[in-house]
Amino acid sequence: MDESDLSTETEWIRRCQSGDKEAFGLLVKRYMRQGYYAALSILGGHDDALDASQEAFAKAFRAIHTFDSGKRFYTWYYRILKNHCLNALRNKKRAPVAVSTLLEEAHNVPADEPSRDEMTEREQIRRAVWDALWNLDPEDRELLVAREMLGTSYAMLAELLECPIGTVMSRLYYARRKLRAHLEKERP
Amino acid sequence: MSVLSERQQQLLTKAVDGELTDEEKVEWNELLRTDSALREEFAAQQSLKEVTMGFTLKKPPEETWDRYWAGVYARIERGLAWLLVSIGAGVVLAYAAYHAVVTLIADATMPGWVKLGIATLLLGVAVLVVSVFREKWFARKSDKYREVIR
Repeated sequence: MDESDLSTETEWIRRCQSGDKEAFGLLVKRYMRQGYYAALSILGGHDDALDASQEAFAKAFRAIHTFDSGKRFYTWYYRILKNHCLNALRNKKRAPVAVSTLLEEAHNVPADEPSRDEMTEREQIRRAVWDALWNLDPEDRELLVAREMLGTSYAMLAELLECPIGTVMSRLYYARRKLRAHLEKERP
Repeated sequence: MSVLSERQQQLLTKAVDGELTDEEKVEWNELLRTDSALREEFAAQQSLKEVTMGFTLKKPPEETWDRYWAGVYARIERGLAWLLVSIGAGVVLAYAAYHAVVTLIADATMPGWVKLGIATLLLGVAVLVVSVFREKWFARKSDKYREVIR
């Protein structure tokens, strides 16, 4: 985020703190996608992610007077969202169902029509990756999804996870090892 | 394989992600040249990266974003509505309880031990309320995670 984005955001927050809901709407529109995907990586379901990310925005609005304007709004919101998601996971009576169809191919499929066998194989890999991700701790899953699938930088991850960049890299190393172990376990 | 040092873990992660600086590349290549276990781990993590990079989280339908702010707004509004309902209910209940107690105490036919019971009950409720509020107040003042909304 550049300086002008940051100063616009500071202005929106100042307006929110005086009770301006429309200014909060601008903040929501700026960060709704990031919030939704972060919740999705922890909760694993579209409806749950939508619900959690919206509820966390509502909580943020109620607590906006406590926001320290020296910080970035998203970092602050992310902490609210993460706590909300982890509580939701803890409070679920049954384990939530992770839907592997929430994962899709990042690149376009080659122009040649894939054969039935190729499609089956891709589907199996997709399912295996999602199952393996889902078997990780929520923190490892969140980190891997943010880095591999959403392309979040080390610096941003360090800010969100409130740890040094070196720790982010070490955590990524261990999370990838765990993911590999799960994938190998599931390999027929 | 042997346990990697923190530095090796960090260099390996950066190498897998293609984030090594020129200086780090020299250091990394030297490590790779001398450590076959590290080479093996690097190859394994690289192929894992190729697999995971092939996928992304599915985008929800575009109308999700069109309705998103309206959903948040409704939640904010409902939160305010619940607050008003709770305050109103509290006031009405307190008023009803006050009148019920005054009527019961003023009732000359009511035995003294029942009046004593009512007084004890009210005192107990008052102590509970004060205790809960005081605990919350002190927790709020001394909780280093008070910024974290749970």
